[in-house]
Amino acid sequence: MKTDGEFRIGKRRFNSRFILGSGKFSLSMMKTVMENGGIEIATLAVRRTNAGGEENILDYIPRGLTLLPNTSGARNAEEAVRIAMLARELGCGDMIKVEIIKDSRYLLPDNCETIKATKTLAEEGFTVMPYMMPDLSAARSMAEAGASAIMPLGSPIGSNKGLLTRDFIKILVDEIDLPVIVDAGIGRPSQACEAMELGCAAVMANTAIATAGDIPMMAGAFKLAIEAGRMAFVSKPGRVLHEGGEASSPLTGFLGD
Amino acid sequence: MKINGKEIELILPMTLGDLVAGSGYCEDRVAVELNGRIVPRSEYANVSLDNGDSVEIVGFVGGG
Repeated sequence: MKTDGEFRIGKRRFNSRFILGSGKFSLSMMKTVMENGGIEIATLAVRRTNAGGEENILDYIPRGLTLLPNTSGARNAEEAVRIAMLARELGCGDMIKVEIIKDSRYLLPDNCETIKATKTLAEEGFTVMPYMMPDLSAARSMAEAGASAIMPLGSPIGSNKGLLTRDFIKILVDEIDLPVIVDAGIGRPSQACEAMELGCAAVMANTAIATAGDIPMMAGAFKLAIEAGRMAFVSKPGRVLHEGGEASSPLTGFLGD
Repeated sequence: MKINGKEIELILPMTLGDLVAGSGYCEDRVAVELNGRIVPRSEYANVSLDNGDSVEIVGFVGGG
């Protein structure tokens, strides 16, 4: 079956529209989850590391995957830039998900600081993917600052509450000429599917998978839902009647006429 | 000196390369900041440490 195939982030092309966050999984499960999800991009965090003997996540992520480090832990643009520089030094490319959070209760991103960090990092040659509150004006500023994609949240990180920001994300899809990737809050395959039906380029999920009863199977469910949503978007969903019904079967030739 | 926020007494002279390898880090899985500046891996062996230094050693972990 013909689908629309690959999409672009910066200079890279991808076929899979399911981006997986690698947090909260046991390392031994990582490979199966990535395979079941058809994952091509996985996010990682940068943290202080202890000396010796620790297992390294890079040994558990299948080769050939694109790694997308995040700047989690950053509370302002300066800290985000510092983390991004360290991530690049770790040697897994120049993609960076800018994540700047001051608020520890709701974990909502700071769009103003995120715009500043996006500008600095784009100038430094990074492929910048800012995590953001879905706000049109901020998204425009991020595009101007050199973002390669935008990552608006569906609902608070880790909440599994779904696409609470649906209408605002749709505005970004319609108005911003960059891939829109819903990140954070997506808790069910149906919600991921809905985001794709809106025209999002991809969906990122982590907690939804990591907190499922059968983690590898849920990764597979997300893969199918994201593909279904994309195909639905490309095939242009049919109209909705405002009232009444419309027969799908012919209205002539009834028995007994 | 400080390593990842912890005070540690060094036996000098010591290079950054000695510290990283001697502490059991896998060199190609870490990035190092010395006093707020990133040191490229290729220079670890040429950088001498002092007891007033602050070193951050970071790596990738799972995260969304």
